[in-house]
Amino acid sequence: MNSRISDIWGKRTPFSRVDEWPARVDEYLDPTVDVAAVEWRQSACVLCSNGCALDIGVHEGRIVGVRGREIDRVNRGRLGPKGLYGWQANNAEDRLKRPLVREGGELVETDWDTALTRLVDKLRSVLEKVGHPAIGFYTTGQLFLEDYYTLAVLARAGIGTNHLDGNTRLCTATSSFALKETFGSDGQPGSFRDIDLCDTLFHVGINIAETQTVSWMRMLDRLHGPDRPRLIVVDPRETAAAKEADIHLAIKNGTNVALLNALLHELIANDRVDREWIDAHTVGFDALSLIVEKYPPERSAEICAVDPGEIREAARVLGASEALLSFVLQGVYQSNQATAAACLVNNVNLLRGMIGKPGAGVLQMNGQPTAQNTRETGCNGDLPGFRNWQNDAQVADLARVWKVEPLDIPHWGPPTHAMQIFRLAEQGSIQFLWVIGTNPAVSMPELHRMRSILGQDSLFLVVSDAFLTETAQFADVVLPAALWGEKTGTFTNADRTVHLSEQAVEPPGEAKPDMEIFLSVADKLGLKDRDGAPLIRWRTPEEAFEAWKECSKGRPCDYTGITYDKLRGGSGIQWPCNEDAPGGTERLYNDGVFLTGSDVTEDYGHELTSGAAFTEAEHRALHAAGRAILKAAEYIPPRELPDEDYPLSLTTGRTVYHFHTRTKTGRSPQLQEAEPDVWVELAAKDAEALGVTEGDLVRVESPRGALEGPARVRGMHVGIVFIPFHYGYWDEPNGSEPNGRPRAANELTMTIWDPVSKQPIFKSAKVRVMRL
Amino acid sequence: MKVGQAIRQLHELETDLADEFRKVGERHAADHEVFHACHVLATQCEQHAIRLHLVADRYATELPDDEDRDLWQGLLEATRDKMSKALGRMKPSALLLLRDLRQLFLAAEECSITWVMLGQAAQAARDKELLQVVRDCHTETEVQVKWLTTQIKVRSPQVLVGG
Repeated sequence: MNSRISDIWGKRTPFSRVDEWPARVDEYLDPTVDVAAVEWRQSACVLCSNGCALDIGVHEGRIVGVRGREIDRVNRGRLGPKGLYGWQANNAEDRLKRPLVREGGELVETDWDTALTRLVDKLRSVLEKVGHPAIGFYTTGQLFLEDYYTLAVLARAGIGTNHLDGNTRLCTATSSFALKETFGSDGQPGSFRDIDLCDTLFHVGINIAETQTVSWMRMLDRLHGPDRPRLIVVDPRETAAAKEADIHLAIKNGTNVALLNALLHELIANDRVDREWIDAHTVGFDALSLIVEKYPPERSAEICAVDPGEIREAARVLGASEALLSFVLQGVYQSNQATAAACLVNNVNLLRGMIGKPGAGVLQMNGQPTAQNTRETGCNGDLPGFRNWQNDAQVADLARVWKVEPLDIPHWGPPTHAMQIFRLAEQGSIQFLWVIGTNPAVSMPELHRMRSILGQDSLFLVVSDAFLTETAQFADVVLPAALWGEKTGTFTNADRTVHLSEQAVEPPGEAKPDMEIFLSVADKLGLKDRDGAPLIRWRTPEEAFEAWKECSKGRPCDYTGITYDKLRGGSGIQWPCNEDAPGGTERLYNDGVFLTGSDVTEDYGHELTSGAAFTEAEHRALHAAGRAILKAAEYIPPRELPDEDYPLSLTTGRTVYHFHTRTKTGRSPQLQEAEPDVWVELAAKDAEALGVTEGDLVRVESPRGALEGPARVRGMHVGIVFIPFHYGYWDEPNGSEPNGRPRAANELTMTIWDPVSKQPIFKSAKVRVMRL
Repeated sequence: MKVGQAIRQLHELETDLADEFRKVGERHAADHEVFHACHVLATQCEQHAIRLHLVADRYATELPDDEDRDLWQGLLEATRDKMSKALGRMKPSALLLLRDLRQLFLAAEECSITWVMLGQAAQAARDKELLQVVRDCHTETEVQVKWLTTQIKVRSPQVLVGG
């Protein structure tokens, strides 16, 4: 097969709205292995939120390749470059194989009992001296559902801390909040199947050709088919999708709300809205109208620095669509007014009455492969099963499942968000922090601050990971974790499809699955339920899955109709899956009834500009009762704007070849060679003004730090600098911080977050660029 | 008619609240959420003061110049910012922040109820323009109160039970 490094999306298989998406099986095996001798184990890809089903090839106890599963609804056999090549990280020589503890300033190898005893002794002493507010957990979007659910019970019911969040806060928190604000609950309304059925695609701040390559293949196959859907792309950069688009709105970064308000203005002013449907299925139309009235295309065009004619044309296409499918990702979630903008995209579909219907819906996408499970199980900013922490009846229901007292479950406030967890650690208020499978020393904003927090003496830091990451190098205890392929479990993609991933090989050395690590700690702490029985009653992944089913029963994310056996052999299944929907559910809200009743909603909502929380009484006063909530917001400029000293604006993002902080993709030879180092992307006009040409080494400075890398001159909104955020220091001499040439994009970014979702804003910070 | 008096009083309250938001923001500059939000809300209060200025004339009310900020203000802000960064890692700063948020809450509540009084006056005086100012600004003040409530609720357990 041709290298899928150069041919990212592979061969086209065009199809039309009335066809099934044709299958195409992608495979990459270690070329030295005899294909006939390979055994296959069912799994799915863990390198983005698309969740493509695949089989893992095993030979002599080693993973030797992957092959897409033709039978699966998500990918019909296809895999992207990360999926095809990323598995090689499992076999990397530098996997962590034994626990490490800090002795005399150095991390030294030890056995599990020594490491866990040290961890538990410290945990106990902090609990006794200060209590649960001094304990924090920061997890990931890359474990399995069974791991997360075990962690949620351990942290929330066992230790009783409110400080449990995931790095999903950085990737998908806004998705979850936008769904809660508009539809009453988390849960993706749409389905990837809608790509096959839509007539218009609306991409807002999503570089899907690089972030979810297989869904882009599906779109390309429609775009090159006989009944090409219209494609509108909102993105400051000229991405691959922007090049394919009918309309590309290359707005200034940070101005999504101004643009979306103008689009809504045009839909209403030209009566391209479904008034009858709006009256029956939404609340808030009048308040929304009053605000968007102030955003005629001319005003927003000036804010966004685009042509007002383009805004009108985009609104005309949206207004003429009969099956509109909208996609949202980091260009909204990590940008100015994140939650407000994401809600406004929901409004576009709601005003057209296009939700819950074939081909019509919204996909508030996720970043990481298992971020959905972080959210469902309550390892993000919610209680498990999308329960509302402000609703006593829902908390009591969770207490029933866990056999604890309701007051034992922290619910005096929203679960503490990641940025606040680190702030509390900075203040010495959190003294014990366990970081699980993530790398804040590269992925968090303002890295010099992050490194000083992770390195401070008052913090006892535990890191479980498969590699000695930049973060792990600051730890007091490092626990070696098993990766995908080395343990069994399930995970759920961005369109609610649940896949089973079977253990294919043994973990290297003494590495253990995360769930087993959590169980060991729970055992050592002797955690009990209110009847004196063990708090966590499961030992195997399948038992954990069955326990989760009980917790999810009757909730929007109902898993009760799924078993491991049902997931074996066939396609993944979309939740909710229960007695009423034994085959799963393709799209939510097909009856136009939403989860907005005050007794059922997951959240009473927020004022979008300040993040002020509404109370139960205020929510009741809305009388939403099953109708979607049209939220409105005025445009507010980003907090930091370019000035004389720092005349350009930074936006960070992704490349198709890498994932997160390259912990895995940097250890896959093809992916690493494809993009081995950071670069700085400039618009042609800015490059010219700076006297910079392609390949010149440049230095980028912000008030917080600096970075150096070669320049690339690309199609982009003038005044913007783009830098991929994947690159850190683990494969450089110093290991955890810059050694000579800083290259992590987050050296430059600001510590600031969206007021509602608390997602950090990585897409506007003032910078200056100079040629070296 | 004492409408002018009420406008003058509210103008003073909003101007003071703007200053307080800014001071708290600077004093807790190491707490990024408070720092950014307090500056946004301070600007909002200043806008309220400006809008009151625009309607004050009709009630023959003289208000102090909104732009007339103390020359020392900038210097003081910078000092507070530096102090905050030096002290931001110490636990007592969290308790001080809670106290400051509580003070802000009380000041914002005072503004809020004064907007209620002015709104009633605007209705009785049949002053549509003033009524619109009250409606816009009072809504924002109510959100400020709500934001402060949210912050105080979320932060109290950690400060009062933890350390």
